[in-house]
Amino acid sequence: MSHILLIAGREMRAYFRSPLGWVAASAALFIDGVWFIAKALGEPGAKRLSATVLNQFFNGITGVTMIIGIALSMRLIAQEEEQGTLVLLKTSPIRDWDLVLGKFLAVFGMIAIITGLTVYMPALIFVNGKVSVGHIATGYLGVLLLGAATASVGIFASALAKRQVVAAILGAVIMGALVLLWLLAKMTEPPVTDFLNGLAIHHLRQRDFMTGVLRLENVVYYLIVCFFFLLATTKTLEARRWQ
Amino acid sequence: MIEIRELTKYYGDAKAVGPLSFSIEKGQVVGLLGLNGAGKTTTLRMLASDLLPTSGTMTVDKVDLVQEPERLRPKIGYLPDRPPLYEEMGVREYLGFAAKLRGVKSSRVDKFVAEAIEQTDLGDRSSEIIGTLSHGFRQRVGIAQAIVHKPTLLLLDEPISGLDPVQIVEMRELVRSLRGEHTTVLSSHILSEISETCDQLIVIRDGEIVAAGSESELTERGSEGTQAVIVLIAGGAEADPSTRLAEATSVLEGIDGVRGVAAIDHPDLDEGTISLKVTADVEVRHAVCRALVAADIDVYGIERPRVLEDVFIELTSKGEVSS
Repeated sequence: MSHILLIAGREMRAYFRSPLGWVAASAALFIDGVWFIAKALGEPGAKRLSATVLNQFFNGITGVTMIIGIALSMRLIAQEEEQGTLVLLKTSPIRDWDLVLGKFLAVFGMIAIITGLTVYMPALIFVNGKVSVGHIATGYLGVLLLGAATASVGIFASALAKRQVVAAILGAVIMGALVLLWLLAKMTEPPVTDFLNGLAIHHLRQRDFMTGVLRLENVVYYLIVCFFFLLATTKTLEARRWQ
Repeated sequence: MIEIRELTKYYGDAKAVGPLSFSIEKGQVVGLLGLNGAGKTTTLRMLASDLLPTSGTMTVDKVDLVQEPERLRPKIGYLPDRPPLYEEMGVREYLGFAAKLRGVKSSRVDKFVAEAIEQTDLGDRSSEIIGTLSHGFRQRVGIAQAIVHKPTLLLLDEPISGLDPVQIVEMRELVRSLRGEHTTVLSSHILSEISETCDQLIVIRDGEIVAAGSESELTERGSEGTQAVIVLIAGGAEADPSTRLAEATSVLEGIDGVRGVAAIDHPDLDEGTISLKVTADVEVRHAVCRALVAADIDVYGIERPRVLEDVFIELTSKGEVSS
């Protein structure tokens, strides 16, 4: 466990010492803020339900979270490969799984910090509206689970590619495919439709969280996605020793 | 201490290394010598457990490196050809991270880091950011990270690569200072570096060992049991070089024990100076000097031929290997 925290700590400090962490955080918070204001104020004179504003707010920040998730995770292994530092980790007495988990914790920590800094926005709804704390908490749980899944996809892409740019493109393509599965589902017949909708990472899964509905199957889905891609990353690193 | 048996590594269908078999005793400094692409780096990467071999066994202190890498890695320090440095970290912070990564207890990290800094003479730079250091100091930090956890086996891949002459001398001193404390394997394609630093030499060509032994053993092989000297005879404007050559050859062939005399090219000679290689069964330097002076031939110098260099070139360049 100490090795996992050691690697996570170094990665977190690296984010704050490089422009990437600050740029990603400030860009995400700026877009989230603009999005919230646009949805909260809406058209002049139009009536808005507080729950609808909250729903739309979460819909917006899930998109931003996926983008910064890929941006923050693209460097995790590809940059180590570029700089020649991966060998330091690979020749140390730590398991590849610990290495991957440490890096995952770091990027998830960054996503959690950035997401946490947006909490004041839905809290503002209390000034002139009425929403439940449970709705807000469930919505944020959905955002964090989606962020964790994106981070695991990003790390996997970073392990496959030897350049950060390629890792970012690869991660975006995998996430794009997982998001767009719901479109593919619309063109098919059951039970394939149900299968594709079940695999889609955003559409129906996030709809429940955004509306304040917490379903265990959705939580389990995101945990499985995380485990799958983190395991795939570990196996990718192991395979490199046999290259 | 280190036993390597029939070690091979293939990248796809291309053989990179092997079959390699050798053993290294505790505390020795062993040099892997070979031209670029000979398989030195791949061998070191396998010893560092960064790469797994296609076949063969590697044991360190009787522990199998392939079967139980996690058990051996704390005992191994590795400097790759490109030091694994995090540019944004400070030197002391980085070494602390490397020590913890290799399993040094938190309570001992500061002490170990301070000792590594002292050994690599990084004291003045220990608070600087790695990204701001010169190449020579980065190389020192690379060695410091390899020794910070006090490994029993130290692997250095081309430790003097890219250093200037002053830094090379300093690095050589540093590697020598580590002798005894660690069993060291270092690779280089620079003969002088290996011969001045190592107890044992292993010459690799195309992934296979073509010679192994101490410097004197390899030199012995190159000289084929004979004593040889190179005699430099000063030229003169008044003398015909061919006449002086014939005269000197005649004098040298008359010395007891001399087996042969031959004119050779010498890269450092002034115009008109003659260079002769004298092969003999016994030490003949004194006799050569006395005979030439007695014959009124001006001796410019007497030197030993660079046998080891010739051996290296022969072993790494030719198809046939002398046994």
